[in-house]
Amino acid sequence: MLHRDDQRLETAMGRMLQIGVTVAALVVVVGGAAYLTRFTGPVPDYTRFHGAPPAYESVPGILHGVSHFDSGSVIALGILLLIATPACRVLFGVVGFSMLKDRFYALVSVVVLIILLLSFCTRR
Amino acid sequence: MTVLTFTLALFGTSILAGFLGALTGLGGGVVIVPVLCVLFKIDIHYAIGASLVSVIATSSGAAAAYVREGYSNIRIGMFLEVATTLGALLGAYLTARVSGNWIGGIFGLVLLYSAWASFRKAPAATNSSTPDPLAMRLNLRGSYPVDGTKEDYVARHVPAGFGIMFVAGTLSGLLGIGSGAVKVLAMDQVMKLPFKVSTTTSNFMIGVTAAASAGVYLSRGYILPELSMPVMLGVLAGALVGSRILVNARVQALRLVFSVVIVALGVEMIFNGLTGRL
Repeated sequence: MLHRDDQRLETAMGRMLQIGVTVAALVVVVGGAAYLTRFTGPVPDYTRFHGAPPAYESVPGILHGVSHFDSGSVIALGILLLIATPACRVLFGVVGFSMLKDRFYALVSVVVLIILLLSFCTRR
Repeated sequence: MTVLTFTLALFGTSILAGFLGALTGLGGGVVIVPVLCVLFKIDIHYAIGASLVSVIATSSGAAAAYVREGYSNIRIGMFLEVATTLGALLGAYLTARVSGNWIGGIFGLVLLYSAWASFRKAPAATNSSTPDPLAMRLNLRGSYPVDGTKEDYVARHVPAGFGIMFVAGTLSGLLGIGSGAVKVLAMDQVMKLPFKVSTTTSNFMIGVTAAASAGVYLSRGYILPELSMPVMLGVLAGALVGSRILVNARVQALRLVFSVVIVALGVEMIFNGLTGRL
């Protein structure tokens, strides 16, 4: 009984991950195609680290770029969706374990979710 | 070289890296970072940024197939993700504190370990030692299909496994890899979980672990969209093909060839790190 519920939760998580990665990859493909049609010159210097342009270093920056149809920002949006996909799985865990009345594992999922959110609150 | 040919070269190389990574079970990240550094002369910070993105993609992309088999354990995975995500935050933090040469040197050592670990045989599940009372309290157990019947298992040595998972997370955050080899080590060697349960649960954990460092990488400017794009799409495509073939093919010879490549890349990374070229 318990095992079957676990299995259903896992199946839902697996499907969610598959949808998330597919959507993210499609957005990256669209942004990538736009990038390749717009930038045809020589390859920039990647041998030394300068950091990404500041517009790509934060969620608001990326969203602002997308609203101006900047191709790099569209790729970055796809990457953001990709990063959000495993985070969504953890959110599924919070909801799923609560529904299974497994308080301890609902709490464990909340802790993991908080750690994930923390990583987006860091400054350089 | 124009942007288009450079991007296509990255894409093709990433397909190969993802394919070989899936076929050998090492993962795409371990292969793509040294290739980007050594072959494409890309700075290691950009390389680990692009790799980390591809790691999240492959982990999530493979998940549906793994779920269907019914081996993975969500409770054990979620519990250990507390350790791996905390470790990942520490590792990602450290990337800005240690030089690229150190990152490269540590990477080389992990490559050498991975090559060695990929040759270990899948050991039979051992249920000799007594169950960890902590594992019983935390419900770190389950059952998995063996020849049509269900076999039960309980985790052992939970604190040690948790500790090694923290190290796995730190390596993931520091090197932009999934560090699946270390995760499997913690679950199957230390916690004595069945091998299939360890590998499939590890796949789930890799995506969540990598997502924890991704935020830090993003704010530090390690993730360049135009580099991450061909690497992510290529590794994902290669891994999906590789994992299909894995089921049918005997890969022993290929594995040997690939291990030689991994060792060569590892030695090169250590050499470059020691001589300050990264």
